[in-house]
Order: sequence, then structure tokens, then C-alpha cells
Amino acid sequence: MGYIGVKGGKDAITNSEKTVDYYRKKNKDKPVELEQIKNQMRLAVDKVMSEGSLYCPEIAALAVKQAEGDLLEASYLVRAFRSTLPRVGYSIGVKSDEMFIIRRISSSFQDIPGGQILGPSRDYSLRLLDFKLINEEKFNADPPRIENENISNEPDIFKPMEKVIDYLRKESLLEYPVRNNNKKPYDITRDQVNMPLERSARLQRLTRGEEGAILAFGYASMRGWGSVHPTLAEVRVGYMPVKIRHPHWNFEVTIGRITATEVDSICSFKKDTVVSESGEKEIKYNFTLGYGFVFGHNDKKAIAMSILDRTLSEKENNSPVKDQEFVLYHIDGIESQGFISHLKLPHYVTFQSAMDRLRSMKKNVFHEDKELIASYDE
Amino acid sequence: MMNKTDYQYNFAFLDENTKREIRRCIIKAVCIPGFQVPFASRELPIFFGWGTGGLQITLSVIGKETVLKVIDQGDDDSVNAVNLKRLIISTTNIKTTEDTKEADIIQSRHRITEDSLTEEQIYIFQVPLPEPLRKVEPKEIETRRMHGEKDYGKMYVKLYEDILHHGEITIGADYPALVNERYIIATSPIPRWDVPRLNLSENLFLFGAGRERKIYAVPPYTKVEPLSLEDYPFRKEDFSGKECGICGSRDSYLNELPSEDDNGKSYVCSDSFYCRTNKLKSKDGT
Repeated sequence: MGYIGVKGGKDAITNSEKTVDYYRKKNKDKPVELEQIKNQMRLAVDKVMSEGSLYCPEIAALAVKQAEGDLLEASYLVRAFRSTLPRVGYSIGVKSDEMFIIRRISSSFQDIPGGQILGPSRDYSLRLLDFKLINEEKFNADPPRIENENISNEPDIFKPMEKVIDYLRKESLLEYPVRNNNKKPYDITRDQVNMPLERSARLQRLTRGEEGAILAFGYASMRGWGSVHPTLAEVRVGYMPVKIRHPHWNFEVTIGRITATEVDSICSFKKDTVVSESGEKEIKYNFTLGYGFVFGHNDKKAIAMSILDRTLSEKENNSPVKDQEFVLYHIDGIESQGFISHLKLPHYVTFQSAMDRLRSMKKNVFHEDKELIASYDE
Repeated sequence: MMNKTDYQYNFAFLDENTKREIRRCIIKAVCIPGFQVPFASRELPIFFGWGTGGLQITLSVIGKETVLKVIDQGDDDSVNAVNLKRLIISTTNIKTTEDTKEADIIQSRHRITEDSLTEEQIYIFQVPLPEPLRKVEPKEIETRRMHGEKDYGKMYVKLYEDILHHGEITIGADYPALVNERYIIATSPIPRWDVPRLNLSENLFLFGAGRERKIYAVPPYTKVEPLSLEDYPFRKEDFSGKECGICGSRDSYLNELPSEDDNGKSYVCSDSFYCRTNKLKSKDGT
């Protein structure tokens, strides 16, 4: 009786890994240095820190190198590394008015207090391949200077800058967030995930979600699968101090800084009925808010996240993008790539069971189904 | 940090707090047989969907003296089993075995070993989709309510409709079973062949679903009944008249191999260790 046992085994895996290494090294070349990835692949590193859910440019750069530029794979390396680190504590909530701003725009007002700063942005650059980059000299650039007497090259961006939504709140046009002052925020990496998730947990799932998935769901919402089409009150990018409370002396200590992108979206208004202390009913109309925050510089992910924050905060559930389970279970790139890839694993035991069912059904099929069976056999 | 090229991972990869957290979830799962305990699953160096649930359980309960067996499709040498063992060994240095009787912990995908298990052993399943009711209800909030209220009508309606449309129950592997007369569980997916083995077993069965973040258990000597209807009883896969091409076994789960001779197909035991020992036995004539 013939038998061919197809097994992978240890050697096959080892050799496959050697082959991967070979493909990275097969051309005579200088190894890419981590500093180069960190400095010149800034946005790749940002993306990996965001989806890998660990703020460390050096680790992210190492992951990008190891993954040969596959950023989803790199994010996964970072996430796995993250699992080995104990949680030593929680920072004090970062405040975005403490941000050292490098970019700040608003699409809801022509001008905003503090002014708009385009900063580093490709929004208005023409997407023409720059062939000059093929042969680049060694570089050490200075920040660009503005040739205009009326504009200082030392802008007072150090001072805390009021947010556009603060103005809208002063004007009583915008809702206030539901505060839970005495409650610790959810920690999706340490707490059990039980649907429905509260807002802090939803925001955490969103911020480490896969960029493409966040964009797709946010885009779907704007195209009529959820009817959120926001106006951006503000997009700001910059450096923010991260502080913890000193374990012994209880004062605030700054332990480092992160680059982050923050978005406030103004969404359609809603009608709230508020019952005052005297028992009178009062109807309030307000704009609603969507919030986006991601590690690193990534406008589009933060904007799309703000849309999804809004759709998931809606009470009615009449569209897939308003459904927590639909959105939050499926946006994580590490989870989705894993499960999709598992189809490559052997399934012959379960498939054997499926064949057993089909053959059995074919045996005792009803007469009127003969045509159906004929089509199976084709 | 970046000069630290000799970075050392913790024993069994996960940090100690995480392992303790997972062990607590396991204890809860054992206390409520068949109930899916949510847990804060971690990302591992193995893909989600490739056994991270089982792996997190193994890593959390493993000790320096543990002897471990890992199988995939019943096979010790299958690529994924080899790979999981590689990670566990590289972070623990523990002893592994292919001998079912020698193992303290057996981690498995898709099978229960043909050889019987004892009270001393823990059997850990990797579970892709832990929710048996997902077949009839996509929403987690709703399935949790159904479990809470033991509202399993929809599941029986599915079985009934199967019979109506196809003349019998169409579920192959991952056959739903009622544990301790209370909770319906997804049976890993193991083939129907293995499901009766869960019933009143001597050993502890643990089920880990990493991506779906659930742990559940079938403790020793717990009643496990595959769902069925009175006139349509549960049936195992039918291998009557077939035998293993290597060891000649007629009472083990067989994998079908398309081949060019032998009427187009041959059969071989899915449990590689069982097959090997069975062949030795028949050689010795014992």
C-alpha cells in the first residue's frame, strides 16, 4: 500500500528561515543601520510604534529592519516583544495643550487663535517622483527659514495653545465628554475584553488598529454607511511630555516625550433632553465630537479614528460601522493577519471530518435532490 | 538598550504577572466547567490563530520539571507542533517527549491522542473559535446572554434544520457539546471521533483561544454530551472497512491520502505516536 507522509519538521523550518535571511543578504551590500531607519523612515517607524502599541523608535526601527520593510510584520514583532514587559505603572494623562506643536491646522475656521502651522506635510505637494533622490549627497539640513519680516522665525509655539474645541464649548455649541473622574481608564492589554466596551477601551482598540482597516471603516462611514462626515476642528502634531507620579514623593516627574497626532472632529448635532434640578425638562442641541490620537505623525489614521470614535458612540446601531463588535474585533492588524495566515496550517483532520459528512449526506440523499448530487459530482 | 544584543527573555517568555493572571482565569474556568472565561490575551511570537491560546496556557502552567508533548493533527512532527515546541524550549529548556504516557502536559491542535490519559496529565487545546453559538448568532453580546440564560433553542433549531434539508446533522469537526448539563462548548475543533473522549475523562482538559481571548475547561470526571436529537443520535466518522497503511490499525482516526495507486487513496493514522507504537507491537506479535 502506497504511502507518502508529508511532514515539515524541524529542518524544513530552519532552512526556510535561512532562506529568508539569504534573501535579505544575497546582494553584496552594506547593512541598513537602525539610525538610518529611525531618521529617514520616520513615518514607517511611527506606524510600527502605533500598531505595535509600544513607543520606542529604536525597537520599531529594529523591527522594520528585521521584517524587510513589511510594516505589519514589524508591528507584530513589536507587539510580541511588548508581551515580555511587565506593566510597572501608568502615566498621568497627557495633556495636548502641553504639546510642543510642529503642525496644527483647522478646517472649521479661517483663522484660529495661535494660528495655523502646516509644518511637515505632504498635503499640497505634487506626487511627482523625485529622481534627484537617486543620487543624494550626504546631508545635514537646517530647518527652513521664512523670508518675511512680519513673521518671526522663533514662533511662540512653546506656550500652551488653546484648542479650537475649547472655543466651541465656550460658545455652548459642543457637547462635553462624559467624565468618569474617579474611574481608572480601561487597559485593554491587561483587562478582560468584554463587549460592549467603554469609550476609553474603544479608543485604545482604535489607536492600535491597522491603518488600512481604520481608513476603510472611516471611509465607509463617510460614504453613507454611518453618516458621519465631520469637519475637522483641529489636527495637531507635536511632542508631548509624558509624566508619572513619583512613587515615593508623589510629585509629577517627566520621564520622556512622545510624538503624537491628535484630531478633534466636529460631527453632526444631536438633541439631548436634560432634566434640571427643579425637574424641568430642557432640550439641548449640540455638535458632537469625535476624537483621534495616534503615536507618531499620521494625520489620516487619526482623522479616520476620530470618525470611528463618533460612529461607535452613537446609540442606535443601524450600520456596520456603528457596531462595536464589527469594527473593534476586525481592525487589529496583528489579529487579522494571524488568523488569515492560519489557513496555511494543515487542516487534514477537520477536512477528513467534513468529507465524512458530505459522503454520508450523498449516500442518504432524498430522491428529489438527485439533480443537486449530479452537480456535486461534476 | 540598543547595544543589548544578548537580550534575555523571561522563563516561558511571558512576565510573571501575566502568567499569574492567566492561571487565575484557568482556575475560574475549572470551577465553572464549560464557561468561557474572558482573559487579556497577549501577543506572542507565534501568529494569532496558530495556537496562541493553548500556548499561553502552557506557558503559564509550565514548570522547570514539566515534560511536554505538542501535536498538530495528531502528529508530533507537524510543522506547527515543531514550531511551538521550538519557542517553548528556547525560553524554558524543558524536556519534550513524543510518548503520550510520559507527558505531563500535552498541547494539541485538532486531536486527542488515541492512547488514554490519566489524572496526572493536563491536556491543552488550541481553539480558533471558542463560541459554539457563533454558527447561529454573530454577536458576542447576544451569545453571552444565551449562555447566561441557557437559551440554546437556536442551536437545536439548527440541528433540526440540518436534518430537514440534508437528512442528517452536517457539523463535522468542532461538534458542539453540553458540559456538566449547563454550558455548550466548541470542541476545539477536534473530529467527532474524539468528542466522546471528553466525557468523564480522568484528565483535565483546558481550552485556550488567544485571538478571541477566552479560556474554558472540562475538569476530570465531568459529563460531556454531544448535542443530538432523540431520533438522530450523534455519530462518529465512519472508517469501517478501512485500515492504516502503516500499522494496520482499524480503530484509530485515519487521514485519507489521495494516491496514484490503491484505488486512488490510502489511509494512515492521524496519531503519529500511536501509529509507531502500534506497528512495533504488531511486529513483536504482542
